[in-house]
Amino acid sequence: MADTVPIYDPTKATVTPSPAALAPEATSGPTAPAVSAPGPLAQFPAPGEPLLTSDAEERVAVATQAQLMWRRFRKHRLAMIGAGAVIAFYLVVALADFLSYADPEASDAQRGLIAPQRVQFFLDGRFSPHVYAMVGERDPATFKRVYTEDPTQIIPLTFFAPGFDYKLFGVIPADMHLIGVEGVNPEETLFLMGTDLEGRDMWSRVMYATRTSLTIGLVAVVVSLVLGVILGGISGFYGGFADTVIQRTIEILRSVPTIPLWMGLAAAMPKTWTVTQVYFAITIIISLIGWTELARVVRGRFLSLREEDFVTAADLVGARQSRIIFVHMVPLFLSHIIAATTLALPAMIISETALSFLGLGLRPPAISWGVLLQQAQNVQTVALSPWLLLPALPVILVILAFNFLGDGLRDAADPYA
Amino acid sequence: MLSYLIRRILLALFTCWAISVLAFVIIQLPPGDFVDAYISNLSASGSGISLDQAQQLRAEYALDEPIWVQYARWMRLILRGDLGMAMEWQRPVTEVIGDRLWLTMVVSIAAVVLTWLVALPIGIYSAVRPYSPLDYLFTLLGFLGLAVPSFLLGLLVLYFGFVYFNANIGGLFSPQYADAPWTGAKLLDLLRHLPVPAVILGIASMAQAIRIMRANLLDELRKPYVVTARAKGLSEWRAIWKYPVRVALNPFASTIGYTLPYVVSGSIIVSLVLGLPTVGPLLLRSLIAQDMFLAGAIVLLLGIMTVIGTLLSDLLLMWIDPRIRVDD
Repeated sequence: MADTVPIYDPTKATVTPSPAALAPEATSGPTAPAVSAPGPLAQFPAPGEPLLTSDAEERVAVATQAQLMWRRFRKHRLAMIGAGAVIAFYLVVALADFLSYADPEASDAQRGLIAPQRVQFFLDGRFSPHVYAMVGERDPATFKRVYTEDPTQIIPLTFFAPGFDYKLFGVIPADMHLIGVEGVNPEETLFLMGTDLEGRDMWSRVMYATRTSLTIGLVAVVVSLVLGVILGGISGFYGGFADTVIQRTIEILRSVPTIPLWMGLAAAMPKTWTVTQVYFAITIIISLIGWTELARVVRGRFLSLREEDFVTAADLVGARQSRIIFVHMVPLFLSHIIAATTLALPAMIISETALSFLGLGLRPPAISWGVLLQQAQNVQTVALSPWLLLPALPVILVILAFNFLGDGLRDAADPYA
Repeated sequence: MLSYLIRRILLALFTCWAISVLAFVIIQLPPGDFVDAYISNLSASGSGISLDQAQQLRAEYALDEPIWVQYARWMRLILRGDLGMAMEWQRPVTEVIGDRLWLTMVVSIAAVVLTWLVALPIGIYSAVRPYSPLDYLFTLLGFLGLAVPSFLLGLLVLYFGFVYFNANIGGLFSPQYADAPWTGAKLLDLLRHLPVPAVILGIASMAQAIRIMRANLLDELRKPYVVTARAKGLSEWRAIWKYPVRVALNPFASTIGYTLPYVVSGSIIVSLVLGLPTVGPLLLRSLIAQDMFLAGAIVLLLGIMTVIGTLLSDLLLMWIDPRIRVDD
């Protein structure tokens, strides 16, 4: 604990440039810090390390805390991969309409349960991505429509093609999509991930579901972060009776199977609510799940910092309590909070997916991963059309990505450890 | 030790009370009182009750009185063992729940026990041979175990079982035993069906337990007393098992208290996917039908069972770890 708090200690310091000399280094450093924690400048090696001699060590010595964190984070290869994946996922969130090619609500029972098309990349040895048309005919025995690829009908794919109208970022009217097909309606010809029971395009629906599921997780984590920081802060900073009450509450919440409780809350939502109302209600229910862990982290940090000399010093020179908390204490554990928040996100995403999967969360016409997976509840259906399970893939990938990212951030949060 | 025991039991009682309040809130949440829901439910199925009967029901549950009186009335009924009527079934809640509550606990406890049986040796191996190929493999599997939500894992297992073995591996009993009275054969049948749901339920906590055990033991193995033990010529086996493993077990053991609630929570959703005859499917159905007495009773019973399970595991821990006995 002690060496996580970089307090100036003359017995350890070997190089102590003035803060003014360090300032340009902090702002014009070649590596932009991902996590900025403007804590006190720490220019001394961690206890037990040798005295500074070489250039490399010199660079460590004068680096800001944010730079040290970034360097350590960069070394964590899985965390870098996780960060890249998370950024990619949120690009999908921002550009869901651009990345899809069919209107996610365009349904047609005639096109139900078409298997994913294979994309052919070369035509006569030249790069020219295309798909074969899906031809439907009735099976004379079962009267079901069966779709097969017809290799004689070649449909070339085009990029930046016009398609259904949408508003980019919710404001700019646009109709350009990353992929499209020449001359024909993509809703009727292109099925990169197949279609669902009602003939809606799975690829486009997964894009929109990513938007819903990831924003709901993000909003929920912010709400539970606010709850966690306030309650954990009160608990850790003031202690005493408030601490006891909050700690008991957390203990009780952790010793109770919570999913049945949230199911009960979710089921109590009136059936008449609009999609937006349900969205916010679910967000709040989910955020009630994650705050305990965040409160625990914040409380622990407050407890360990409360007794530090610099807090006493700030108190003695008459700093207001809010100033002590927000100027002197919070910057020191901001990085820990960011790491804990990242690690809390997967649980939120799983909760939304699970509730919607059960039919208690978001309801159609909302599109989320859980709503899409609802169609995969029946084994017989899944066995015949396994592509209905595809929405499980982004769920698993994003949870992995957040776990890797969170692990890396947690390691980097303590650059002196 | 006695004071710890008393404090622990008091906390458990307090938790049970908190759960009862939460369950009551869930019963109260839907608009209208439950007699309204009851009547609309009955008229939907063709039958109805008279106004008198409705009034009588309202009086019995004190629905005209303030909310705390209603709560007190409900608690009194529950303490007498009367959990109310399940509207949809037209039968007492206790009868509808039947074996399902026990089966929920059987599946959950099996998952917890399995978690321990698997996580301990793997965690020790990973710490003793860190960065070995097997350690990397377990780490990778652990990450996957953490990342795949249990209900999705259930879906995948079910799908692959169906496609490759052409067998439905869901359920807890073979069809011929499903409604049969309890016999030795039925018990054996249950044991045969138990591993699949137990693994699916336990895999996430297993992954976590492996990571905790590995980290703890790694810290412990670096300590000077282990070096001393080796220097004195203790066999590697003894140098690891005699003290470091036992010390590393303690923080590991203290996580058990939070494993059970987590697993019970998960069992609700997994049961739905795998079609297990636990309270999970019943809870979902009662919530969708707004059969709130049944839903409240399930939440309450599930919570209390979990608290008891956690209490027992804590007592077990106290018996294993003398430091808890001495310190408090």
